[in-house]
Amino acid sequence: MAVVTLERKPLSFAERSYLPQVAAGLRITIKHLFSPNKTLQYPEERPAIPPGYRGVPTLVKDPNGREKCVSCQLCEFVCPPKAIRIVPGGIPESAANANVEKAPQAFDIDMLRCIYCGLCQEVCPEEAIFLQNLYSTSGYSRGEMVNHKERLYELGGTLPDTHFKWDRKRKAAEEAAGRHV
Amino acid sequence: MNFFTQFHSMPLDVLKGLAVICVMFPLAGACSMAERKVCAWIQDRPGPNRAIPFWFAWVPVLGPFMQKIGAFHLLADGLKFLFKEEITPGQVNRRYFVLAPILAMIPALTTVAVVPFGAFIGADGSLVPLMLANVDIGLLAVFAIASLGVYSVILAGWASNSKYSFLGGVRASAQLISYELSLTLSVLPVFLWINAPGGPGTLGLANAVEFQSLPGFWGGTWFLFLMPVSALVFLIALFAETNRQPFDMAESEADLVGGFHTEYGAFKWSLFFVAEYCHMIIGSGVFILLFLGGWNPLPWVPLARFAGWLGIAGLPLLVGTVSVVIFLAKILLMIFFFMWVRWTVPRFRYDQVMRIGWRILLPLAVANLLFYVIGIALLQR
Repeated sequence: MAVVTLERKPLSFAERSYLPQVAAGLRITIKHLFSPNKTLQYPEERPAIPPGYRGVPTLVKDPNGREKCVSCQLCEFVCPPKAIRIVPGGIPESAANANVEKAPQAFDIDMLRCIYCGLCQEVCPEEAIFLQNLYSTSGYSRGEMVNHKERLYELGGTLPDTHFKWDRKRKAAEEAAGRHV
Repeated sequence: MNFFTQFHSMPLDVLKGLAVICVMFPLAGACSMAERKVCAWIQDRPGPNRAIPFWFAWVPVLGPFMQKIGAFHLLADGLKFLFKEEITPGQVNRRYFVLAPILAMIPALTTVAVVPFGAFIGADGSLVPLMLANVDIGLLAVFAIASLGVYSVILAGWASNSKYSFLGGVRASAQLISYELSLTLSVLPVFLWINAPGGPGTLGLANAVEFQSLPGFWGGTWFLFLMPVSALVFLIALFAETNRQPFDMAESEADLVGGFHTEYGAFKWSLFFVAEYCHMIIGSGVFILLFLGGWNPLPWVPLARFAGWLGIAGLPLLVGTVSVVIFLAKILLMIFFFMWVRWTVPRFRYDQVMRIGWRILLPLAVANLLFYVIGIALLQR
């Protein structure tokens, strides 16, 4: 790499007197004095959340209202700070989506441990867990800072789904069953 | 107005003094809020604008306005200083530690006595300055008393028995002593100009303003235009004397935590704070009186003519009020300038401060003095 040697010029008299520099600085600051504020009045004004933002992890339902999590526990295993705790459970035979077979009995995310890395969202094979726009959580106790399953669904809401994986599986299974008979 | 100028009795003097202090003290407090606001605006922030008592929020226009300018933050801060725990660290010399902030207030509030803050036109058409003590030594008294302020800084630094405080105190004292020379030398041309040789001399500040109120082109010229170098040296030395940025050696919070008041808190600290602003107010007052025409609204427009325009020339009370308002407005502008500079220029290094003081400002002040001595001698020959 070529080395460019710059000659260090001696300071001129004006520069040594500091005064032109001070005047230039004063001109800049007075401009800022009259320019509009760059800050937000936080609780009243909220920042616009950019797409792809990694906020609080939440559980989502598909447009039919089915909970998407199948309690495979991949997120629990991948979670670096071990913030996720899942108790797997079954789905009763009589349910419409009985073919999914499993759903979480309990799903806790400890927001005091969560580091918002997004690995749970990345690893989820069911697209059930998403880090959404919520960025501010608070509570008066450690217990309050643990998001339980109901709270996670409440925060997550419903996200659009293009796959409807389990509906298609059920349909395929039914068709296959029809062919055998 | 007779009773105000001629009736000299003890209680009246005390009352007048108290009245002036009652203006100075809140003004200094308000300056602290102005400092925060100006700082915020320069940094593109709105600044403190939250605190409001819930019952005041019901007042339609005034309530939101007072909230926006942070008036209640100011009150809350003041109350906080009163109600906070008074902590006196264990390692300090208690007597001097308590004495230092008191000593800081005394010169800060005393100098105002010889500073005229307005004037009215007496029955005989002469200008009567509004001041607590119209003494001939005027400016000399300001310098003499204001320089006592350095003792409080030294005392605070010494009594705190802490390295940071001590260094801050030492730096501040060296700085104040260095810049006092330039400060004093820079105003001498003004008084050489005012005082005719052989005649009765005066160092009164009111006389300096009277000289800037004379009719004619040269009479009405503010000394800022006649003696720009004097004004510049005085202004720079004033920044150093009031420990303002960029000469913030006494505090230099980046390297000395808080400088001389590191160990102070609560009310004692607030006394230092108010004293600093009082010094600023008096300092800018003196600058305005000497170089910016005092209570004259504009260059070449003396107060008397301005009063004539307003049609209040015959009413001394109104003229006096107008002059005080003009003077206060100029002081506030000067204080804004102090703040503007503070949030623009970073602090000088200690060696830079000393170099500017001794190798630039002092020779400049001496050369300036010589120039005007010779110039005035030639003019009056």
